[in-house]
Amino acid sequence: MLFPPCSPPSPAPRVVITGAGIVTALGIGWQANAQGFRAGKRALRPISLFDVSRQRVKTAGEADLPAALPPTLLSSHQVARLDRAGTLLLLAAHEAWQQAQWQPARELPLVLGTSAGGMPLGEAYFRQATQMPRRYRRQPSRAVHYQPQVQGRMVLDALGTEGAVTIISNACASGSNAIGLAWSLLRRGRAQCVLAGGYDALSELVFSGFAALQSLSPTVCRPFDARRDGLALGEGAAVLALETLEHASSRDAAILGELIGYGTSIDHHHLTQPEPQGSTALAVMKQACAEAAVAPEDVDYLHAHGTGTLLNDISEAVAINHWAGGRAATLPVSSTKAGVGHLLGGAGAAGAVVCLMALREQWLPPQAAFETPDPACRFPVLHEPRDARVNVAMSNAFGFGGVNATLVLRRWA
Amino acid sequence: MSRVFVAGWGAVSPAGWGVAPLREALYRGCPLPIEHLERPGWDKPLRERPVPPPQTRPQFLAHPRLRRTSPITHYAAAAALEAAARLRSGPDGEPCLGLIVCLHSGCVHYSSRFFQETLKDPLTASPLLFPETVFAAPASHTAALLGNTPLVHTLLGDPASFLQGLALGAAWLEEKRVGACLVIGAEETNWVRANALWHFEHDAIVACGAGALCLSPEPGRSAGVELSAITEAQSYTRRQSPAQAARAMRAQLGASSAGELLCDGLRDNPRGDAAERAAWRDWSGPRLSPKRILGEGHIAAAAWQCVAACDMVAERLFPAATVSLVGCNQQALGARFARADSGASGLREETPIAGQAPARLKGH
Repeated sequence: MLFPPCSPPSPAPRVVITGAGIVTALGIGWQANAQGFRAGKRALRPISLFDVSRQRVKTAGEADLPAALPPTLLSSHQVARLDRAGTLLLLAAHEAWQQAQWQPARELPLVLGTSAGGMPLGEAYFRQATQMPRRYRRQPSRAVHYQPQVQGRMVLDALGTEGAVTIISNACASGSNAIGLAWSLLRRGRAQCVLAGGYDALSELVFSGFAALQSLSPTVCRPFDARRDGLALGEGAAVLALETLEHASSRDAAILGELIGYGTSIDHHHLTQPEPQGSTALAVMKQACAEAAVAPEDVDYLHAHGTGTLLNDISEAVAINHWAGGRAATLPVSSTKAGVGHLLGGAGAAGAVVCLMALREQWLPPQAAFETPDPACRFPVLHEPRDARVNVAMSNAFGFGGVNATLVLRRWA
Repeated sequence: MSRVFVAGWGAVSPAGWGVAPLREALYRGCPLPIEHLERPGWDKPLRERPVPPPQTRPQFLAHPRLRRTSPITHYAAAAALEAAARLRSGPDGEPCLGLIVCLHSGCVHYSSRFFQETLKDPLTASPLLFPETVFAAPASHTAALLGNTPLVHTLLGDPASFLQGLALGAAWLEEKRVGACLVIGAEETNWVRANALWHFEHDAIVACGAGALCLSPEPGRSAGVELSAITEAQSYTRRQSPAQAARAMRAQLGASSAGELLCDGLRDNPRGDAAERAAWRDWSGPRLSPKRILGEGHIAAAAWQCVAACDMVAERLFPAATVSLVGCNQQALGARFARADSGASGLREETPIAGQAPARLKGH
C-alpha cells in the first residue's frame, strides 16, 4: 500500500547508480556526451524544428535523433506514436536500463521530471483544431500522447517492465526533483530499484515564451560571464538507474556512483525571477550537503544551474559564495548550458549525469563559452578542459516558479 | 507508522466556491445545469459545467502574485485556503506546510492564448502570458499566497494521480519534512480541453475547479477524518488492462466496513465507466458518483470525490468512505477515509443540511 507504508529501514539504505543514459545536442549516449562535455564543446545550431524567421534568436541545442530506435518491445503501432520528447526520453531510459542490466520486473517505479511533456504534439493538436477545413485525423492520438504519463508508460512498455509512473513538473528543477524523489523512495524502503530522470523537447511555444521574456541570448550563452545576456534553449533527456547498495551488491552490479544528498525548497519571490540574495538556493545546497554529510571543502566540483541570464546567475553566484565561504576561491564551477542549452525539465537530470561522468572519468567539464569573469563570482568558472581528482560533485537546478533542488553525488571506488 | 489525519478540505466546483455548495449539490443529487462552450469554426458548441462567478471577489486575488493569474490558480488557491483554514486559525499556530498540486490538463487558458499569439507573430506574443502557461505556476502562486510552504511539488498525471499526491504528502509528514501538507487537484476549462475530450466522447460535459485536502499528523488538528489507506498505483500496462487494474485496486482495499460509502468516478459513460463499474459490480452499500452531478473535472473531480468522502464521514453520515479513482490513461488507485477517534468536525456547524442523507445515496 502507498499508505500506510511499510516501516522504513533503519538505517536508510545507501543509494547507488548503476545505469545512466543521456541525449543532448552533443549526441546520443554516455560516450558522445562525455567527449563533448569534457572538451567543453558547443553544440548550439540553427533551429530546424519550427519556423524561427520571425524570432530574434534562431539557434538552440537541437538534438539529432537516430533514424531508427534501438530494439525495444514497443509495437510498430506504439513507435509510430512516439513524439520527439518521448523519443528523447526513451533513448536515455534505454541506455540507463541496458547499462544497469536490469531485468523486466512487475514493480519498477519510474519517476520523471518534465516541464512541457509532449508540447510539440499539443502544438500540432492546436494548429489542426484551429484550421479549416476541419480534420480529425491523429487528433485523438495527439491529445493522449501529449500527456507525460503516457510517455512514461511507453518507456515501461519499451523495456518490458511495469510499475508506477510519477511525473513531477517543477519547471527546470523537475529532473533533479524526480531523482530526489527516487532517492527518497529507495531510502524509505518503498522500492529496491527506481528509474528516474528528466526530459524535454524543443517546442515553439516554449521557445517563443523565453523569447517573449527576452531571456534568450542574442549573442552567445555565457553563464557567470560579466557580459552575459541570456540563455540558450536546448533539448534532451537524462535518466538514471538507481538502486539500493544492497540490491546492487546482491547482483554484482557495476556501480557508477553514489547519490548521497538531495535538497529542495521553494523561493516565493517571483514566478520567473529568483530572489536576488539566493537564499533558497543557499538553503537547498546546505540541505543537500547536510543529508550527504559533506562540507563545501569536500565538494570537488559544482555543476551550476548557470542559465546565463543576468538574474539567475547573480542569485546563484551569491548563494554559492555564501555556501562555499572560504572554499569558493578554489571551488571549480561550470554550467554545461553554454554547450547544450537549457534542457528545462531535463536540466537537473543531465546535470547529475555530467557529475557522474566527472566522478567516473576524473575530469572537470569546462564551460563552452566564458570570457570575462563577473566580479560577483568569488569562484573560478572552469573554461579549459582539466583532469582532476573528483570525489564529490554537486548539481544545482532552479526552476520557474521558484522550486530549487540540489543533488550531491560521490565517486564509487 | 504515524497516523495521518485530514485537517480540512476545500473545493471550487460547478456548484460554487466552497465545500458548502458542493455538499448541497451532492445532497440534492440533481445534475447541475449544462452550458454551451463555443468552439471556433463549429456550429455545434461543446458542453460544460463552468464554475459560477464567486458571490464576492475573493480577497486573496488582491495578493500581488495572483493579479494576472488564470482561473486554475484562483481555484487552487481558494480550495487551499479553505482546506487550511482550521489549521491556520488553530491555537498552536500554523505549522510549516507542504504543498502538492496535481494537474491533468494544466494551464490551458494561457497556453492557448499564448500559442495563438505566437502563431500570429512571435515578436508580439505577450511576455505576461507565457509564465502562466507553465505547469508549476499554480503551485508557485499558491505557495506564495500561503507563505510558510518550504516544500512544493507539481504532479502531472491522469485523475488517479491525485491519490499519488496524497500518498506523497503523507510521506512528507512521515519524514517530518513538513508539519502539514495540502494536496490540491485543479483544472480549468477552455474549448481546447473540451474539444480533446470530445474526440473520445461526444456527449462529455467538461467541468473545472479544484479540490484540496489538508493532511496533518496531529490528532488535535483533525477535522474528524483519518486517512486509512491508499492502494498501490495499479498501472495500465500491456499485461494489466484498466479493468484488471481497477479490480486489483479494489482487491487491495480489502473488505469494507458496514455502512461504508463508496465515492466513485462514474459519469454514465458506458465505455469510460466500464472498468470501474465492473470492479465494483457487487457493491451493495451506499454509493455516490459526484461526476454525474458535476461533470468530467478530471483531476479536480478526483479531488472532489475525496472532499465529498471526507465531508460525509465528518458529518457522521458514514463511518468510513472509499474513494475509487480509475484514471483515463495511466492507473487506478483507491483510498479509504475513516472517522477519526479524536478531533472535532469543524465543518458540521456550517452545514445548513447537516444530518440529512444525500438524495443520491438513498435507494442504493
